[in-house]
Amino acid sequence: MLERIHKAQTVMDAACKTLGRQINIMEVCGTHTVAIFRNGIRSTLPKRLKLLSGPGCPVCVTDQSYIDVVLQMADRDDCVIATYGDMIRVPGKGGSLETKNTKTNVKIVLSSEDALQLAKDNPGKTVVFVAVGFETTAPATAVVVKEAAEQNIDNFCILSGHKLVVPAMRALVSEKNHNIDAFLCPGHVSVIIGYGAFAEIVEHFSRPCVVAGFEPLQIIEGLAEICRQLSAGKAELKSVYPAVVSERGNTTAQKIMAECFEEADGYWRGLGKIEKSTLKLRDKYSRFDALKRFNMTEVPGEDTSGCRCGEVLCGLIEPPECSLFKKACTTESPVGPCMVSSEGACAAWFKYGPER
Amino acid sequence: MTKAKHDRILLAHGGGGQLTDELIRHHILPNFKNDTLAELGDSAKLNLASNSVYFTTDSYVVKPLFFNGGDIGKLAVCGTVNDLAVAGSKPIALSLSLIIEEGFDFESLDKILASISEAARQNNVNIVTGDSKTVETGAADKIFINTAGIGEKLPGVDLGFEKIAAGDKIIINGTIGDHGMTIISQREGIKFQSQLQSDCAGLAGLTCQLLENTSGVNPVRNKMPEVPTSASRGISNGVKFMRDPTRGGLAATLNEISRATALSIEIREADIPVNPTVQAAADMLGFDVVTIANEGKFVAIVSPESAEDCLNICKNHPLGKEARIIGEIVQTRDVPTVEMKTKIGGKRIVQMPYGRELPRIC
Repeated sequence: MLERIHKAQTVMDAACKTLGRQINIMEVCGTHTVAIFRNGIRSTLPKRLKLLSGPGCPVCVTDQSYIDVVLQMADRDDCVIATYGDMIRVPGKGGSLETKNTKTNVKIVLSSEDALQLAKDNPGKTVVFVAVGFETTAPATAVVVKEAAEQNIDNFCILSGHKLVVPAMRALVSEKNHNIDAFLCPGHVSVIIGYGAFAEIVEHFSRPCVVAGFEPLQIIEGLAEICRQLSAGKAELKSVYPAVVSERGNTTAQKIMAECFEEADGYWRGLGKIEKSTLKLRDKYSRFDALKRFNMTEVPGEDTSGCRCGEVLCGLIEPPECSLFKKACTTESPVGPCMVSSEGACAAWFKYGPER
Repeated sequence: MTKAKHDRILLAHGGGGQLTDELIRHHILPNFKNDTLAELGDSAKLNLASNSVYFTTDSYVVKPLFFNGGDIGKLAVCGTVNDLAVAGSKPIALSLSLIIEEGFDFESLDKILASISEAARQNNVNIVTGDSKTVETGAADKIFINTAGIGEKLPGVDLGFEKIAAGDKIIINGTIGDHGMTIISQREGIKFQSQLQSDCAGLAGLTCQLLENTSGVNPVRNKMPEVPTSASRGISNGVKFMRDPTRGGLAATLNEISRATALSIEIREADIPVNPTVQAAADMLGFDVVTIANEGKFVAIVSPESAEDCLNICKNHPLGKEARIIGEIVQTRDVPTVEMKTKIGGKRIVQMPYGRELPRIC
């Protein structure tokens, strides 16, 4: 393994020399961010190679307006909120699901199936599944929505916060951050969408996109592949995770997602409104849409906490540049979602940084 | 012997009357037969050879009560025994205090008491005094246990932060993270939980052996020479400090050592033993395995010249088969830090864990 790492390091060193400038590579996914920190990968890279943590942690990119709606639903005594663990600590207006004195039950679930089961077990309550995540979790949500429809489980609904990776990358390079030279793309999302999905970033924006798994060697070899392309003046689509990721991805999962969801414009923390970047339930399944059921809308508002998660998510600043970091904002009492989520960039810097 | 008629704890079992007597005589006492306890005095009278006594206490609130590799009873004995052991003493006696929630079933209670008895026997300590209280439903979660323990100073052994110096080696007696990942996986209902097992164990046998054999002291008490012989002096300060990395795991213990000594620590990820299933569970749940609790491990800081001897003593003991030297104490360059050289040759800081992730782990 060390031999392959040295080889990759040689490629990266050479690229930095050839280009004679700083190279900025964004690791899109929070799982990559954590793996990079935990394995001390930054310390092995050339000084002029900078890694930017991207918007690929679902908890982090969830807009405040979504959290506020969840909190309002939690105030109803006819609801049970079913959520993945990290979401309960994300602060909205007047607190989080964890701290706010809500009338209703908040249940942590490990899967969408658990949420549906909760509805079956509590026929007297409406179970609202806080459905967040990228293309990795959206198919699982689609499966339970279909199941609820087939079995007429009418006391179940979802608040879809599902997001798509590629539109966010498009928004970043076209508008938010022009300093990104290339993307290290997440392995698990690519298993579903296929590495071919990143082709438009390569073709329209001339940014290398390399898919890697989460083993340190794959990450380092992915970064080396990006450096090789940059120094050769190329932008290509590659996967260093070929055993698991195909060009077309998992078509069964894609099909079930497409059957239940359609693309919609939506709000992201830090990135604002992005066209066709979120998934909302198709009309056929609209009776399971929590917003429609309770006649509510997500109202985007200003975040006045001073939290700079938005800039962190765009790779514009590193967490220590935020004045709240390690002071008002800690993993114990987080102000922003990037500190809440175990895959958030702020939490990773807090737990593992700084490195020499 | 006839057991009490009830199958669940009633508030009256703590009322001091007949039911309390039944609880003590039918459930508790049969498990702990020793002369001191049998007197049932208000206090236990102990005769000790040493005039240096170590005294510690710990409360146990682990959830779930029964887990792979142990239960709250075994934990309550081993945890306190280990606190005495790593301080450099030989555990002698424990107290046992039970706070039981009304409605707790006697079947579970009896299992826990038997487990306490067995752990005490294995660790060669007596339960010499105790107490039980019952509280109404909801005022406790099934059962909470407190044990306090006393240990006798091992002759010639004197451990402390102040003895630690740059160049000293760091030994751990086996794999890390087993206890914490077992508890959390069982609590979260993770599928592979059956493959995980807590390392819960009393360490006094191993630590006493280690200290007696590296401090140049004849293990038979009272035959210790006043001044160590020149032959033994070379390793007389073999073991300088020990601590059991429980809550906060290896990361917390090493950071405590670094802070207390103002020295830095370098460890090598590749040398830290981790059970692959524990690693997989930690990765899956997003935990850093160096921050996960252990209940049958100690970290020993030993002089460089005694390190191999210490390691061999550990390896020859059932609780130290997978012992390793995992790193060194080094001079501080800037601020005292614990740094880990990762398997890929990178470096990262190992911080003091914040401690939120795992409540009621012990």
